[in-house]
Amino acid sequence: MSSVIASSEVVGHAGPGEQERGQRAVFCGLTSIIWLHRRIQDAFFLVVGSRTCAHLIQSAAGVMIFAEPRFATAILQERDLAGMADCNEELERVVAELLGRRSGIKRLFLVGSCPSEVIKLDLETAAAKLQAKHDNRVRISAFSGSGIETTFTQGEDQCLQSTVKDLPVLAEGARNLVVVGTVSDIVEDQFRRIFSDLGVEDVHFYPGRRAQELAPIGPGTQLIAAQPFVGETVRALQARGASLISAPFPLGAEGSRGWFEAIGDAWGIDSDTVARVLELPYQRSKRAVAAQFDKLSGRAVHFLPDSQLEIPMARFLTEECGVAIKEIGTPYHDALMMSGELSRLHPDIKIVEGQDLDPALERVRSNRPDLTICGMGIANALEAEGLRTKWSIELVFSPVQGFDQAGDLAALFAKPLVREAVLEVGSWS
Amino acid sequence: MELTLWTYEGPPHVGAIRVAASMKGVHLMLHSPQGDTYADLLFTMIEREGRRPPVTYTTFQARDLGGSTAELVIHSIKEAANRFKPQVLMVADSCTAELIQDQPGALALGTELPVPVIPLEMAAYTRKENWGAAETFYQLVRGLLSRQVPPPGSERPARDPDKRPSVNLLGPTKLGFRCRDDVVEIERLLTSMGVDINVVAPLGASPVDCQRLPEADANINLCPEVSDLTCSWLARNFGMPTIYTIPMGWGATRDFILEVAAVLGLDIDPDSVGESRLPWYSRSIDSTYLTGKRVFVFGDGSHAIAAARVARDEMGFEVVGLGTYSREMARQVRTVAKEFGLEALITDNYLEVEQRVQELQPEMVLGTQMERHIAKRLGIPCAVICTPAHVQDYPARYSPQMGFEGANVLFDTWVHPLIMGLEEHLLHMFRDDFEFNDSVGPSHLGSEGEGARATDSNQADEDAGDLTWATDAERELKKIPFFVRGKARRNTERFAVEQGISIIQVDTLYDAKAHFSQ
Repeated sequence: MSSVIASSEVVGHAGPGEQERGQRAVFCGLTSIIWLHRRIQDAFFLVVGSRTCAHLIQSAAGVMIFAEPRFATAILQERDLAGMADCNEELERVVAELLGRRSGIKRLFLVGSCPSEVIKLDLETAAAKLQAKHDNRVRISAFSGSGIETTFTQGEDQCLQSTVKDLPVLAEGARNLVVVGTVSDIVEDQFRRIFSDLGVEDVHFYPGRRAQELAPIGPGTQLIAAQPFVGETVRALQARGASLISAPFPLGAEGSRGWFEAIGDAWGIDSDTVARVLELPYQRSKRAVAAQFDKLSGRAVHFLPDSQLEIPMARFLTEECGVAIKEIGTPYHDALMMSGELSRLHPDIKIVEGQDLDPALERVRSNRPDLTICGMGIANALEAEGLRTKWSIELVFSPVQGFDQAGDLAALFAKPLVREAVLEVGSWS
Repeated sequence: MELTLWTYEGPPHVGAIRVAASMKGVHLMLHSPQGDTYADLLFTMIEREGRRPPVTYTTFQARDLGGSTAELVIHSIKEAANRFKPQVLMVADSCTAELIQDQPGALALGTELPVPVIPLEMAAYTRKENWGAAETFYQLVRGLLSRQVPPPGSERPARDPDKRPSVNLLGPTKLGFRCRDDVVEIERLLTSMGVDINVVAPLGASPVDCQRLPEADANINLCPEVSDLTCSWLARNFGMPTIYTIPMGWGATRDFILEVAAVLGLDIDPDSVGESRLPWYSRSIDSTYLTGKRVFVFGDGSHAIAAARVARDEMGFEVVGLGTYSREMARQVRTVAKEFGLEALITDNYLEVEQRVQELQPEMVLGTQMERHIAKRLGIPCAVICTPAHVQDYPARYSPQMGFEGANVLFDTWVHPLIMGLEEHLLHMFRDDFEFNDSVGPSHLGSEGEGARATDSNQADEDAGDLTWATDAERELKKIPFFVRGKARRNTERFAVEQGISIIQVDTLYDAKAHFSQ
């Protein structure tokens, strides 16, 4: 069976049935800096890498220079590589220059790259040394965003994990809820209102808008993931006693309801209260998704691996939009993070982990889906072959979580199809 | 280590990809880690290409480093050769692969393949994108033609008098600034001179086409950042003369025609080849207001030099600053700057460029996408003259920069961001009008100007020290139109410091005005 429409008797999916290895058309983890530096307003990201790293970030960010960015690259030169310059001294100089320019910076991330990993530059030790030097004004930590170790959104996971050690200890007997993973500011505000209506208190968002907003962690901490690319961070928090609430991601009306219900359940809130609080936003959300239903229903969608949001998005499209999934590609599979999703996914949907670009593109061509979700480098190439696409990066850059974004999320998928229908110019195929 | 916020050029292997993407029948195997495939989107998004560039990336990850990345290289080379069946396979390292020293070029040469291989060395830690493009084009041409090189000392046979003269157009590439249209425009120009185009390369050429390069009578070095090296090699080895003039602007286009005629031994009157509206548009009285407008020019070497000449000689602007991020072109830019009585700014640090623009307070900036942002922040009109450029600088319409039509395009593009003559006067006279004032920007640009003026770029100079502006002086300053306000503020403060004045009064403002207008 090559494509499956959601059925009522979903028994759950076992996870990727195939692994593929070959050329991977995905960003590296450095790309995460684009949204992390917007989210954490007093943080600065210093990539220690090559001109390629600097070029990647600015190209992926669309050469936006409306203000001095809160990220930069310390470009390794031949002298650094030949050992003529002491990399630690060089880094010290560059960091001093940077902190001199930007007095508002409270958190500095040294970000490892492919070249810094290959020459085995120990940025964690460097960060510790620099911390001692600038102890009174800025917290410094290091993580890797290199392509040899991270794929696209994994950069966020590495970043958050590097700050887990700085989180304070939750007082014994106390309890709190930590929402793990970047959400947009408006989504945070909406979620806080619902938490307050539910009676869930002491809620922290990780990362917060400010670097100093640190969530206390301990055995009384319940974790809930806002998006899938935080597996290592969750494990590090679990190691400090926190427990993870298993839930679908808050994508779509059903995903959002499932997410809040799981939180209510874990928090010990009676199900009537949960149902009463969620009723209004849930119904509103259903109406918003319904407005897009006809545009998506019966369409075939193919996901190429990119952001790690492929499985939850496919779940949303089958569960709520009547979409048939041709194939889900995922760059890597983290069973811990996907358990709440796979249980809602039809077992016959083909999931492929990893990538071999050219054969993967050949499957898209032979499937001829109505819509392919893929990276920016591939989209226009497929469009020119007469195939509609949606860039997966938009799903990461837009506010998509929660009840009040469910309609927007459906509209993101519907837009290319609507466009095809309205254009009376030329031909796509 | 060098602290970099934004970079004008990508790494050298992006230059190699530009050459590969420009050509037909060429494939590049790039040994590179996962993530380097971002380069694809430069072509598919910024230039709206309908195909991925012809590149196979090895995209190695940490787990491959434990095993043998060399095997991955050989596998990828074979895959690329068999799947894409190019006429030529180029093989290169990106920055990280250079460090692990797999020598993919040597591996490719040692592998039995159905296609010829050209290995490239990209020097990622010392060089940049344009160098990479130039080196790739040169290695490719040299690799394809080395067996055809005549013995040293051979005389180049004279052109058959029955054959029409022909030239090669060298240098245009994908992601170059308006290369697509410049090629059309220059082809048209040469055709009307009775000169044939033998090969255009890299843009649109195949390796087989490149093997015909020596058949032309001369090479036009249209984009020296990319083609200089190749032109010199062809001159040395095949005795082919190089035509150097970049035909950007009315005067340079005429010079170009004369140089082509001289090199090919033709007798041609530039007036018979074509004409541009630029000279009349610039002489018409509506353009009087352009006179002496202070412009700052920054870009790659060839565009910056050409733009400076057009700005001064054909628009009547005053060039107050000239610079380039192309270190390879630093010498030429310095020479031209000297002619203009300026010291060239040679830097690839955009913060230095921003600082210079701030100091000079020009009335217009001609630069790259970076300068567009700098100018926007400072509230100064700006036109983009070269790469790096954004998607809006790859327009759907025909929009060359070179040749006679290119001169028309330059005139329109550079005038467009400015406030037009009479409008400027009225703003001077009635600057308190509640709806028609300078804070809304040029009337034909709608809301575009609003954002630019919203941030007051002309805030007090941080170096002004203890200077204070009296309230009425500050109010008077605000009556000066925004496009000269910053200059007036700076001049007044400089004057006050020189005169030992600590509180600036209305009279100080006008004393300074008189002082600096001498």
